[in-house]
Amino acid sequence: MNESSYISILQEKFGGEVIEFRGEHSLVVAPDTLLSVAGSLRAMGFERLSDITAVDYWPEETPRFHAVYQFTSVQHRATLCLRVPVPGISPSLPSLEQIYPNANWREREIYDMFGIHFEEHSDLRRILMPYDWQGYPLRKDYPLGYEEPQFSFNFDEIDARKPYAKE
Amino acid sequence: MGVEQKLGNMGVVTTTLEQAVNWSRTGAMWPMLFGLACCAIEMMSAQAAHFDMSRFGMELMRPSPRQSDLMIVAGRVSRKMAPILRRLYDQMPDPKWVIAMGDCASCGGVFNNYAIVQGVDEVVPVDVYVAGCPPRPEALIHGVVTLHEKVRGEKLTKWA
Amino acid sequence: MSQIQEVSLDELKHLVSDRAIHGDTMLLNMGPQHPSTHGVLRLLLELDGETVINCVPDVGFLHTGIEKNMEAKTYQKAEVMTDRLDYMNTTGNNLAYVLAVEKLVDLDVPVRAQAIRVIIAELQRLASHLVWLGTSALDVAAMSVFLYCFREREYILDILEMCSGQRMMTTYFRPGGLWRDVPVEFESAVRDILKTMPRRIDEYEALLTKNPLFLDRTVGIGKISAEDALAWGLTGGTLRGSGVAHDYRKFAPYSGYEQYEFDVPTRTEGDVYARYLVRIEEMRQTLRIIEQALTKLPMGPVRSNNYKFVPPPRSEIGTSMEALIHHFKLWTEGFNAPKGAVYSAVESPRGELGVYLEGDGGPKPYRVHWRTPSWDNLQVLPVLTRGHLVADLVAIIGSIDIVLGDIDR
Repeated sequence: MNESSYISILQEKFGGEVIEFRGEHSLVVAPDTLLSVAGSLRAMGFERLSDITAVDYWPEETPRFHAVYQFTSVQHRATLCLRVPVPGISPSLPSLEQIYPNANWREREIYDMFGIHFEEHSDLRRILMPYDWQGYPLRKDYPLGYEEPQFSFNFDEIDARKPYAKE
Repeated sequence: MGVEQKLGNMGVVTTTLEQAVNWSRTGAMWPMLFGLACCAIEMMSAQAAHFDMSRFGMELMRPSPRQSDLMIVAGRVSRKMAPILRRLYDQMPDPKWVIAMGDCASCGGVFNNYAIVQGVDEVVPVDVYVAGCPPRPEALIHGVVTLHEKVRGEKLTKWA
Repeated sequence: MSQIQEVSLDELKHLVSDRAIHGDTMLLNMGPQHPSTHGVLRLLLELDGETVINCVPDVGFLHTGIEKNMEAKTYQKAEVMTDRLDYMNTTGNNLAYVLAVEKLVDLDVPVRAQAIRVIIAELQRLASHLVWLGTSALDVAAMSVFLYCFREREYILDILEMCSGQRMMTTYFRPGGLWRDVPVEFESAVRDILKTMPRRIDEYEALLTKNPLFLDRTVGIGKISAEDALAWGLTGGTLRGSGVAHDYRKFAPYSGYEQYEFDVPTRTEGDVYARYLVRIEEMRQTLRIIEQALTKLPMGPVRSNNYKFVPPPRSEIGTSMEALIHHFKLWTEGFNAPKGAVYSAVESPRGELGVYLEGDGGPKPYRVHWRTPSWDNLQVLPVLTRGHLVADLVAIIGSIDIVLGDIDR
């Protein structure tokens, strides 16, 4: 059985659109069916959750984020992708921690970088940024934090502004 | 002049206190193990057999800041790590020197963004900057030799 | 720059057991700067005497914002940042990114470039395993192995420097092929390595494999079963030490790996010693792959001739108008990728290194996400270390082969 047949089984059970690009198939599911889809995937033999990530489509507000899940099955030699659209106002998703334990840290990272809240997560706090950081860095409306390069014409004025360390 | 000629025949060398102390400080400067990222691997290569750093008395890399003289900041310093870097620098006893190894430690390097401190001299005062991404072990050794020359030129009035 | 945050016990209560709150057990901070934490990793340990009750890893001290920074650069310029992720496996990162870009824009790669990519990626795997062996042996106090491994690594770095000019951050693989062809001395240098490495690997084995001190410190330590390893998303040597023969080079072959014959070594015990044996055997299989690729190395171009994505050779720019225009467009704007998302994975020395790349029709990537193997391999550390001593913790961290640049991106 190959990837597209697993996708069609899931599509029959849960509905949702299938996107095909460069030979890869992904299924778009709604956030409230995510837990049941993940449970069926586990039962069908997809033992590993490879990756969870999110994409920000600002300034579109609904859906603003897409959470992308990659599953792998070692026994069937197949991979599968799910996309979950999440709205921009108080974004939240159910946590897959009970089904796939390694979702724990990955969901913390998405919370840290995008601000998507995960329900029933055992330990939702920031993981990559400092504990008291404000803002969610990977959102498109967060600035890069670019520092102006010092060329010879503006060297002195940037030098005066730069915080140098004291002894 | 005359004294040194006579004493030189007897196997005695005269020098100033400054030169003697500076020479002994460069003899066995113990670096602190502060490898953060890719430059740390080149620092380890400089330590290993091919480009030996124990020629300069530096084979002993002390992880404890209380027992080291030189902090080689090798790698990119993120905003989460910066207060810890400062705390370790404060824990080192005088005399202490800092080498900023690599582009990320000198000026932020390739990464001009929210997460990396743009040059470690915003956090600790730096004596020698070594450029490169990562600098070759020979470049690091050149940086160490430059630091030795700088220490040889230190004046008595500037000592802690 | 924030001050050091004083975290109160209330915020940490859910991480430690009840005994810590009453002072029964000790909370120890194995800080970001420590001789054996392989980079800036902070571990909060809860100890009962010397036994580890719980261990909570704290990462993020090397967070570089690479994913966001790559969105601000064109596809070609963003490749420079990819080397600096998993800095032990620099050409492997390049390979993962370049394969994703080629999949996104549907670009062919000539066979000579594919074979050279395989040779260089396998040499990099060998170099990465040598550093793993040196540093994890150093953690269990076998110092001479460290010096021998770094000596061998210098030969491999010489080859990388010969091809690309740089020892570590090479950016040698480009979308469409390679930067330039390998020089004439490449083949003899690689053959020298193939001749001397097997005996050197035997030397390392003679020092460690049957050494009673090493066996004492590694057998039975840090066990994990195959189902747990799969559920926790482990990949690479950590997974193969527990009995699951999952290797991306066989699972979803890329860059011509299906033509080469090699085994995927596995052991079933799942402890630190098993992972050590798996990686030593992987080093030998790597030499096998390099030998086959070098013998079968086909002649031909090393860059695709689709000049919309690949720069044309300098000799053509002087005579052909289209070549000049393509060169101009590539250098000023970069190439445009279609709207869509791909996920492409390679087998790095640590496990499955995947790139999720989404284009939006413009010259800059809309979203780049790196699925890095060390992330999952570190997440399982509390499960592996419960009930062991602090000294075993050090051996376990060495065996799961993490690189903090990979984790913190």
